[in-house]
Amino acid sequence: MSTVPHRNRNPVIPVVLRRMRTPLLVLLSAYAIAVLGFSLIPGQDDQGEPWRMSIFHAFYVVSYTGSTIGFGEVPYAFTEAQRLWATISIYLTVIAWLYAVGSLISLLRDPAFHVALDHLRLRHSIARMDEPFHMVCGYGDTGALLVRAITERGGRAIVVESDAARIQALNLREHMPHVPAMHLDARNPEHLVMAGLRNRWCTSVLAVTDDDRTNLKISLAAKLLHPGSHVICRAESDQAADNMASFGTDHVVNGYEHFAFRLQLAITTPDLHQVYDWLTGIPNTDLPERARPPAGRWIVCGYGPLGQAVTRRLLQTGIDVVVVEEQVNEVASGARLVRARATHADALREAGVMEANALLACTDDDADNLSTVMAARQLRSGLFIAARQNALRNKPLFEAAETDLTVEPSYIVSSQVLAILNASLLNDFLDAANEQETSWQRQLAEAIRELAGGRIPVSWTVRVSRKRTPVLADCIEAGKPLALRDLMRDPMDREQSLDCIPLLLRTDADDRLRPAADSPLALGDNILFCGTPRSERTMQRILRNRDLLDFLRTGEHRPGGWVWRQLRSKKKGNPSTGLP
Amino acid sequence: MHTEKVFFGFFVLLALTLNFGFFLGEIDNPDHHNVYELFAALVVSLIATILKLGERSQIGALLLAASLVADLQLIAAATVWAIAVHVTDVGLSPMVMASIVSLSGGALLANMVSAVLVTVETATLTR
Repeated sequence: MSTVPHRNRNPVIPVVLRRMRTPLLVLLSAYAIAVLGFSLIPGQDDQGEPWRMSIFHAFYVVSYTGSTIGFGEVPYAFTEAQRLWATISIYLTVIAWLYAVGSLISLLRDPAFHVALDHLRLRHSIARMDEPFHMVCGYGDTGALLVRAITERGGRAIVVESDAARIQALNLREHMPHVPAMHLDARNPEHLVMAGLRNRWCTSVLAVTDDDRTNLKISLAAKLLHPGSHVICRAESDQAADNMASFGTDHVVNGYEHFAFRLQLAITTPDLHQVYDWLTGIPNTDLPERARPPAGRWIVCGYGPLGQAVTRRLLQTGIDVVVVEEQVNEVASGARLVRARATHADALREAGVMEANALLACTDDDADNLSTVMAARQLRSGLFIAARQNALRNKPLFEAAETDLTVEPSYIVSSQVLAILNASLLNDFLDAANEQETSWQRQLAEAIRELAGGRIPVSWTVRVSRKRTPVLADCIEAGKPLALRDLMRDPMDREQSLDCIPLLLRTDADDRLRPAADSPLALGDNILFCGTPRSERTMQRILRNRDLLDFLRTGEHRPGGWVWRQLRSKKKGNPSTGLP
Repeated sequence: MHTEKVFFGFFVLLALTLNFGFFLGEIDNPDHHNVYELFAALVVSLIATILKLGERSQIGALLLAASLVADLQLIAAATVWAIAVHVTDVGLSPMVMASIVSLSGGALLANMVSAVLVTVETATLTR
């Protein structure tokens, strides 16, 4: 037989059938032999006349003896020859039964069978997906944060992870809606397809494993096998980032580079840095109020990718940098190198810790970073100390060590990915805000702080178009005036505004930062809002409900049903629309 | 030579020949149709079905379907026989015999399809 393995077929039933072939053959042969024997062996009826069992009787006798249900000599008492055959056939059929049942049970307990079954179950759960989902590759700290944030906003996610322990951790966590977790190797394109890469609902692929090569392979596979998907990729080195960008990965997130950029912002424009921090934070967590890092002289302990990025940025800002690192011979020009291990007080002293303004411990080992922090604290208690926290589980240690600023690469990457996913205009807005004056930035920070009430706000984008917001499109096409304010009215009290701020209005002509509430809306406009989760939900409701929008616009209740609309329009003498 | 192929072809053909043997003869004459031949045809047909289980190719699926049809027809024939002789007292009247043989005729057709499919598959085999 030509058995071309077909990728998309259900593997379970063929596996069962194949494995059960021999046991079934054995069982069938045993039955056939026993039945034939009974029907051939001569017997006697109750009158002592010669009598032979028909095949039907023989099958009946073998059926109840073979399955050990019972035994009886029917319809007439057996002759000696028949008894001999009954003995043989009992052993034959009972053993065949045991063998068949035993094979079936061992098959059911076979790990390979379970794997096939699991894959089948997962494939069903993906096939049942009928709404857009994000494929998260890698369930480390970053992946876990992303999955939590995505599901908290009601989005769907699928996780692909090769470490069974992490899959278990995910399965133990309650996510609403359910997050299917697949124990597959994301480096293997076939596995990605199995996980639903080619599914039409797979809108984005998030490659956030901690290995650049793996992320590269994932985004390559995603771009080639599902070109329509949105690919966001995490990179740790510049080369990998360039490589990923070269074949059209939609976004490459370099956590180290991004932190260095934020640090620079925090030093030069602290208000904007706060806005940055809040708008890209994980929604519904506490609003952080971070300490302001000083300018002056910085000691950077560790010259890995993060240390390099920070050194480059700080030097750009015109800050003196001293690098403490044992492994390198050369650092960026302008920085001073102290070749020693930063965990020793002597090395820190040599680097000038007594005169420095700030210290950043950024090796990729949490124990080293902590001991550097402790050593520096003992030397100078008032020093501004920032430290890199590699694993989220070490958070209590860093809190106890009283660092002024912790750098969590996984948090930075996930918040950046979320910003891209949830509000595509956010990065443009932040870039534009960077150009504004300090007073404007301070006002913005104040406005957001007031609105947020101690929790990180949500950002979202509204697109005025026939496809995305048909209710708005109808309203505009009917020539009714629609202003930005109308979207932000509170349905409870239309004079009140929802707890949200319009940050950016992108029209065909231009971008308007913090647009005025009376700006008219037109088809094709994009608006970026930030606000509380409740205000987002309310606004989504307004965008879907024609009657609610009309009420908010005009303050008048519109009759809901067709009959009432007709009656009303007769009264008003305006049959075309029935609307005020 | 491939032992598995010989084994498989043997049972497919044997199912066909036994079936044909039972079918041969006057349709309503019980003397022309032996119960053991029907029994053998049924058993061999079941064995052929089991051998076809788990085939994943397109033609394998059709083979399995043909085999299941043959089984169903032969089981129906055997059931009619058992009911006529043991459950009711009709016995092997010409009418009963005719329906048994015609059922086995249906199975014969399915077995022929099986044999043709096996031949086709072997012929298209390029290995």
